[in-house]
Amino acid sequence: MIPEETTANGYLLVLAIMLPVIGILLSLAAGGRYVERIAMVLLPAGLVIAAAVFGLVWRDQQSLVYIVGGWHPPLGIALRADGISAAMMLTTAIVICATGLFARGEFGQPRGSPETRASQVFWILLLGIWSGLNTVVLGDDLFNLYVALELLTFAAVPLVSLKGYQETIKAALRYMLFALFGSVLYLLGTVLIYGAYGTLDIAMLSGRVHPEPVAWIAASLMTMGLLAKTALFPLHLWLPPAHAGAPAPGSAVLSALVVKGSFFLIARLWFDAMPGLMNVASGQILGTLGAGAVLFGSILALRQQRLKLLIAYSTIAQIGYLFFIFPLTAGNEPWDSVAWTGGWLQLFSHAFAKASMFMAAGLIAETLGHDRIAEFGGINRVIPITVIAFGLAGLSLMGVPPSGGFVAKWLLLLATVMEGQWWWAVVMLVGGLLAGGYVFMVLGKAFGSASAPLKLARPVSRGREIVALTLALCAVLLGLVPLQPSELLQVGRPEVLGVITR
Amino acid sequence: MNSIALFAYCGAAMVGLGLFGLITKPQVLRKILAFNVLGTGVFLLFGVIARRGAAAGLHSDPVPQALVITGIVVAFSATTMAVVLLLRLYAETGEATIDSDDPPSTGTDGGR
Amino acid sequence: MTPPFILEIAFVILILAIAVGTLVARAAFTAVLLFMIYGLLIAIAWIRLSAVDVALTEAAIGGGLTGMLLLGAVARLRESEGSGEEPGLPTLLAAGTFCVLVSAALGTLVLSRPEVAPSLAPAVMDNLAQSALGNPVAAVLFVFRAFDTLLEKVVLLLALIGVWSLAPDRVWGGVPGLRLYAEPSSILVFLAQLLPPIGIMIGIYMFWTGASYPGGAFQGGTVLAAMWLLVMIARLQPVPAISLRCVRLLLVVGPVIFVAIGLLGFVFAGAFLAYPPDYAKPLIVIAEATLTLSIGVTLGLLVAGPPDRMQQP
Repeated sequence: MIPEETTANGYLLVLAIMLPVIGILLSLAAGGRYVERIAMVLLPAGLVIAAAVFGLVWRDQQSLVYIVGGWHPPLGIALRADGISAAMMLTTAIVICATGLFARGEFGQPRGSPETRASQVFWILLLGIWSGLNTVVLGDDLFNLYVALELLTFAAVPLVSLKGYQETIKAALRYMLFALFGSVLYLLGTVLIYGAYGTLDIAMLSGRVHPEPVAWIAASLMTMGLLAKTALFPLHLWLPPAHAGAPAPGSAVLSALVVKGSFFLIARLWFDAMPGLMNVASGQILGTLGAGAVLFGSILALRQQRLKLLIAYSTIAQIGYLFFIFPLTAGNEPWDSVAWTGGWLQLFSHAFAKASMFMAAGLIAETLGHDRIAEFGGINRVIPITVIAFGLAGLSLMGVPPSGGFVAKWLLLLATVMEGQWWWAVVMLVGGLLAGGYVFMVLGKAFGSASAPLKLARPVSRGREIVALTLALCAVLLGLVPLQPSELLQVGRPEVLGVITR
Repeated sequence: MNSIALFAYCGAAMVGLGLFGLITKPQVLRKILAFNVLGTGVFLLFGVIARRGAAAGLHSDPVPQALVITGIVVAFSATTMAVVLLLRLYAETGEATIDSDDPPSTGTDGGR
Repeated sequence: MTPPFILEIAFVILILAIAVGTLVARAAFTAVLLFMIYGLLIAIAWIRLSAVDVALTEAAIGGGLTGMLLLGAVARLRESEGSGEEPGLPTLLAAGTFCVLVSAALGTLVLSRPEVAPSLAPAVMDNLAQSALGNPVAAVLFVFRAFDTLLEKVVLLLALIGVWSLAPDRVWGGVPGLRLYAEPSSILVFLAQLLPPIGIMIGIYMFWTGASYPGGAFQGGTVLAAMWLLVMIARLQPVPAISLRCVRLLLVVGPVIFVAIGLLGFVFAGAFLAYPPDYAKPLIVIAEATLTLSIGVTLGLLVAGPPDRMQQP
């Protein structure tokens, strides 16, 4: 059963959350050029911690737990790192470190440069997002998770408006309003749950919650709020201008990680806090919304003329795939772990691929001075590495081997066959075709010939191209994961999800 | 019906009112006001739950009270950020509204 | 239906009427004024619910500071407020139905649950002695769920960074606007000279007694912030530039000390944010004192807003 004592090495969970927090405090106090240096020290340190946690969970096949302050739930707060938390933490760490390296180009503070607003603020926001994400995946208390969500929102919204243009401010305001709507609904659900069950600890709730009106209404309200933050169709309106308007490293983090945080909580809610509440109907509803996102987002992506908006709509589509976990695991059959693995792999590979894509888009925009797709002719000759990175990331989005996206979608398709829910398979195949459409739309232009000689606005930055390429390769490397349910991702799951059959 | 029930209905009504205002009002300042009404409604419901949890010599369960205090502070910070965004938007564009079916901008900004 | 109960029904109807007024008032200024009254009424409601700490926080932050912030916003928005298309009837109906359903569900749910409501009050009281505090709410905030409070302080700081980030590039590091009044009136200046010493004492007292009686770092900090804002609005003290080293240090001293105490807990008490039994009270007092200071500065700067001019030499 789930242990409720602090496990050995549990302190790593505290460090994972507190290290970025200490960074924020020091950065605020020191100011000036120290901000970037503090981030450059803490980013690798956090990566090491995330890797350590991941390694420990994998080796011991057991969750890490930490009881904060020694006060046990329900009075106190617990932190827990199970299989999906550990994997999510590692993905977050890798993407954030890569983003940090990439961002040095735009927000670096070389010796002798004046202290600018954007470069000061960016690093603090990056650390804030990291701390928020770690708390979201490690927290085991519903109210603690609410504070973590707010932390994430307050760090993400200023990233959108960082450039200061009028469109980005409007996008940030819209994002803020949606996010507030989401947080309040989440809090409302939390209130109802406490009123009914007297605890906010997820492990304790899993034993106390049973299907009754209050649980249903609380779960629905919380899910609705979290869907607004995840930008699932039809609450996706805020995402394209927000993610397209942020600076490139900001867009990378927002699309790759921030929207996944609220999705993570939806999964936590339905699978851990209130197992047994998910029935066929609710699974189908979530799956239908996901299908809508896949189709709607992909079709709209095809119609975009600006690269960053195209990638943002692609995010909306790819998030839809994640929601196929719900209908495909609603029956508590032994092969549900196939869909479980597929969905989470989709999350991780999309994180790498999307971050890489936004970085590539940023490089293209910087080099050309614009991001109008129609005028991309011939950039392959100028920034080949960037275009290759974009292409590799696109493979993952389309679900073409070898890539993490392929394994993920293959497993999800397998699950639809096993469950007999073929309609999701149709949606996934159409989605894959449409993704191919918009990826090749860009690649076709890039590999094509230039209609007029290309004028470079700025010289190419090879180092940052390599960073983008590395992330795309991570997405491809995930394709080496065996095509079967993952044991690691099952660590910490209640027996409800079934035993791995292989 | 007793006093606790009364406040529960009050809180529920405030949530409904605030939610309606947040969703339907185009002026951002009204949305922010509605969000605050919504928030105080949620907190009041939590307060009713706390009051019903009176035990062990206390008139009210302290855990929800502490959570509401935290929530009030967080809601205030959210309001501040939203107000500053609104004022900045107004200073740049002269508008103070967000229509719910505004198409995303495809302006000439080159994405730099 | 005893007379006191009739009064309570009237009170609740008043609250709801003012809430509706806030949302439908035509002039933004009226809406904000009504909202401030609403905040104070809610604070009274909290007292009726026997949650005095919350009442203090609601009155100070929800009524006072939020009101100050919104009044400042209204002063700058002026007439443009009225424009914007109201959504069409289908949207209104859909939203209305949704909200009515939510309200109805909530109303029935909150009251229908177990006859003996689950409560953590017994658990809190059992452990209160160990927490070295007399005020159970403070014990939850600074001992049992101290992690939430720590993260919340980080949330506050991030909100401040977010607010600052909206300043134009050229005035980064400058002085926040806070131009509510072009020329402070003599009455305002008089109040700003009279009230702050009293207010500061009240703020410190609120934090100090918060250990055993209703009060605490947030309430005390808010009073300090309000006094500081009053002094700045009346031009008795200059608004500080956000890049000033002492401003930055004051902002972080509270959370830094809190984190340090938490980390020391690893060594001396076996867990993060655990307090060693003999030193619990002094450590908590130190943490709360510095947090009160930091919260005061943070809240004040949040209301002051982003910088909009460079420091005058």
